[in-house]
Amino acid sequence: MEIADKILAGDRKAIAELITLVENNSPKAIKYLASIYPYTGKAWVIGITGPPGCGKSTLIAQLTKEYRKQGKKVGVIAIDPSSPFSGGAFLGDRVRMQEHSGDRDVFIRSMGSRGSLGGVARATSEVTKILDASGKDIVLVETLGVGQADVEIAKTALTVVVVTMPGTGDEIQAIKAGIIEIGDIFVVNKADLPGAEQVVANLEMMLAREGGWKPLVIKANALQNLGIPELVNAIQKHLEYLKESNQLAAKLKEKTRIEFMEIVKQNLTNYILEKVIAKHDFEEFVERILKRQIDPYSAAAKLIEKL
Amino acid sequence: MVEEGKKIRVLIAKLGLNGHDRGAKVVARALRDAGMEVIYTGLHQTPEQVVESALQEDVDVIGLSLLSGAHLTLFTKVMELLKKESLENIIVLAGGIIPEEDVTKLKEIGIAEIFGPGTDTKDIVEFIKKKLKKWK
Repeated sequence: MEIADKILAGDRKAIAELITLVENNSPKAIKYLASIYPYTGKAWVIGITGPPGCGKSTLIAQLTKEYRKQGKKVGVIAIDPSSPFSGGAFLGDRVRMQEHSGDRDVFIRSMGSRGSLGGVARATSEVTKILDASGKDIVLVETLGVGQADVEIAKTALTVVVVTMPGTGDEIQAIKAGIIEIGDIFVVNKADLPGAEQVVANLEMMLAREGGWKPLVIKANALQNLGIPELVNAIQKHLEYLKESNQLAAKLKEKTRIEFMEIVKQNLTNYILEKVIAKHDFEEFVERILKRQIDPYSAAAKLIEKL
Repeated sequence: MVEEGKKIRVLIAKLGLNGHDRGAKVVARALRDAGMEVIYTGLHQTPEQVVESALQEDVDVIGLSLLSGAHLTLFTKVMELLKKESLENIIVLAGGIIPEEDVTKLKEIGIAEIFGPGTDTKDIVEFIKKKLKKWK
């Protein structure tokens, strides 16, 4: 059986191996991704983002439990930072998801960010497709958790859950651009800590939007399994809203457009770099720019002209 | 900065009723600093959980740490399950408190090397790199 057929049949080893190929940017991966593509688009991809230590992994473990109760198959992608110095990474999200490691209908994959910015790994979108094609109903993506810049997930997920907790700052933090704008649902986790009500109030004030989807704010205590059914409910409401308001089709089209454009850009960049570097012009220009014989702006224009 | 390409992936697992993971974390950090992606399972794992995690994470190496004395039983079970899942190519290393007389037995069941207390973490890094020959 081809690796792609195995993935469609839900073979865990094949899923794991293709993810590795994609992470390593192997040329073989493209062929396999192409053959599973027609079978994607069924899973609901949910992004979970928020600052470090706010309880994202614990929340994901509880969400997984809730979805398993409904008989749904769950995929989890947990991203942790790679070191910019050694390239190594310590991937610790499984620690909070232990109870699911024996369940064959839950597939958890830890990924290092490998130099990507924006809170997800370069291969994240491809990995969601692999899990999708393998028959997962829900794919949960946990972002790095560096905070305000974790916005790339909005390109991949259909529902974005922003997790926060009391004590992470006053309402000034809530006004800042970025993370607050991508959330469809906000979870104030560790709601047993003092100040939770204030965080909820601040969020609700900031999130007041005219028309369209009004982001829901949920109080939770993931460790105590409080607020989890409410969160699942909120995700369901968001899904139904997107479908009923006809926004889902538009959202999917926009996602497809962005993704296709990125792939075109990537291919174009690779194509041009191969041509330029193979001709040695690039290195020659570097020398000339270094000696101030030419400026880098004119050099770039000249280089592209030659193509 | 980091270049793209293959990365050595290692699962560090704590088996059974044994709550001390200082050693496991020290090793995990050393491997991380050597450029590897280290997945830590957390405490109290069953052999089934360890093997399933290794499968899903597609690791090259498993590091098993145990200080409770149940190593022969639990490590044997891990090796059996790896075979069952056709994951024999994963290099399995052991650490913790392993009596001298058990080292041969563990090597017989397929554990590649045993790193006891006092091991220099550099030796573990070197051992893995040499075995995998992915890096110089």
